[in-house]
Amino acid sequence: MNWEVIIKWLPRLAQGATLTLELVAIAVVAGLILAIPLGIARSSRHWYVRALPFSYIFFFRGTPLLVQLFLVYYGLAQFDAVRNSSLWPYLRDPFWCTVLTMTLHTAAYIAEILRGALQSIPKGEVEAARALGMSRGKTLFYIMLPRAARIGLPAYSNEVILMLKASALASTVTLLELTGMARTIIARTYLPVEIFFAAGLFYLLISFVLVQGFKLLERWLRVDACQGR
Amino acid sequence: MTIDLHGFGPALAAGTLMTVKLALCALLLGLILGLLGALAKTSPVKPLQWLGGFYSTLVRGVPELLWVLLIYFGTVGMMNSLGEALNMPGLELSAFAAGVIALGLCFGAYATEVFRGAILAIPKGHREAGLALGLSKARILSRIILPQMWRIALPGLGNLFMILMKDTALVSVIGLEEIMRHAQIGVTMTKEPFTFYMVAACIYLGLTVIAMTGMHFMEKRAARGFARAES
Repeated sequence: MNWEVIIKWLPRLAQGATLTLELVAIAVVAGLILAIPLGIARSSRHWYVRALPFSYIFFFRGTPLLVQLFLVYYGLAQFDAVRNSSLWPYLRDPFWCTVLTMTLHTAAYIAEILRGALQSIPKGEVEAARALGMSRGKTLFYIMLPRAARIGLPAYSNEVILMLKASALASTVTLLELTGMARTIIARTYLPVEIFFAAGLFYLLISFVLVQGFKLLERWLRVDACQGR
Repeated sequence: MTIDLHGFGPALAAGTLMTVKLALCALLLGLILGLLGALAKTSPVKPLQWLGGFYSTLVRGVPELLWVLLIYFGTVGMMNSLGEALNMPGLELSAFAAGVIALGLCFGAYATEVFRGAILAIPKGHREAGLALGLSKARILSRIILPQMWRIALPGLGNLFMILMKDTALVSVIGLEEIMRHAQIGVTMTKEPFTFYMVAACIYLGLTVIAMTGMHFMEKRAARGFARAES
């Protein structure tokens, strides 16, 4: 193992890691915002409300992220309407394409987590809120969503870690995040084992920090105490 | 709207076959690794526990794509020296072998946790009953633990297989001619990226649906004799 090379290129890898973090942060936050209406609609009692989020989730969970990324980055350019639109400067940029794809992808998974959480809220709590005269909307906002947030948080932290690893795919659309940076450096140094090893350490470090952060958040929200029925 | 594949249909079909082959081979390797990992993690020997824990933590903390790249590009030097030692110059890992190893490694790390959970879910009394009857350790494992574990682990393994199937797309990055690779070739020839990637997406969707149906029947078969709890 050639440690000098690793140390020499560490700053560049750290630069890649910041881009990785940026991608993941935007995707999981925007994905969560998008997933809330999706998840609520997905757990609706009416089939016509459920149908659209169901097919959305089915498509995004049933196909590889790589295919979705290529569909957005390469595929959209096939249509003249997209190329002539005012959004084209953004859809031409690999950064925004990756952010868009990752957001849509993770939103489908988070919506499914939210549906599971909403459906596992004890019935009595919802009935109690309704019996106290809360409207449906109020019940949703003050009782069901805060409860679902606590039930779904552990699964959400899993999803964040999965997105961290999925962000490595951005290197296939020329983005220089952690994996992309590692591949560029390897093209220059011909030392794949050392550089990939260092990149792997970065991923391990980031996921370790994320896991610890979510543990703190879970303690702060008292998730354990809320799981007991 | 009709979809014109410009004669790339058979190539995509061949790619689908390759994807399925890759997924099944990786599944086989992953199941073996997962079982070994779970046995190591639940064994009373401390170093084995550490080894199992190290394997599942390390592999799960690093992206699948990085494993694919590392195993394909990282083993070139090693394979070269191995080839020289064995007097077989030019020995190298094919993209298929690298894909199977990388995906099997990742599947195995997650399967370790699934199997471990399933092993822990088997009541202690069953193992003790086996010991009391004078069965050897290997016999207890093969006749009591494994058959019962299978049923508990199946739903988790099904999810992992679904993830594995989608991860096969990553192996196109190192040039294996599976669905994505053939779609890319089609795109460079016809300049119709949306059509080809959409067709690829639909093939993956179809594979996922087939796998889901298969899992449903396997779970049903494994759960025969167990009344489902009425909720």
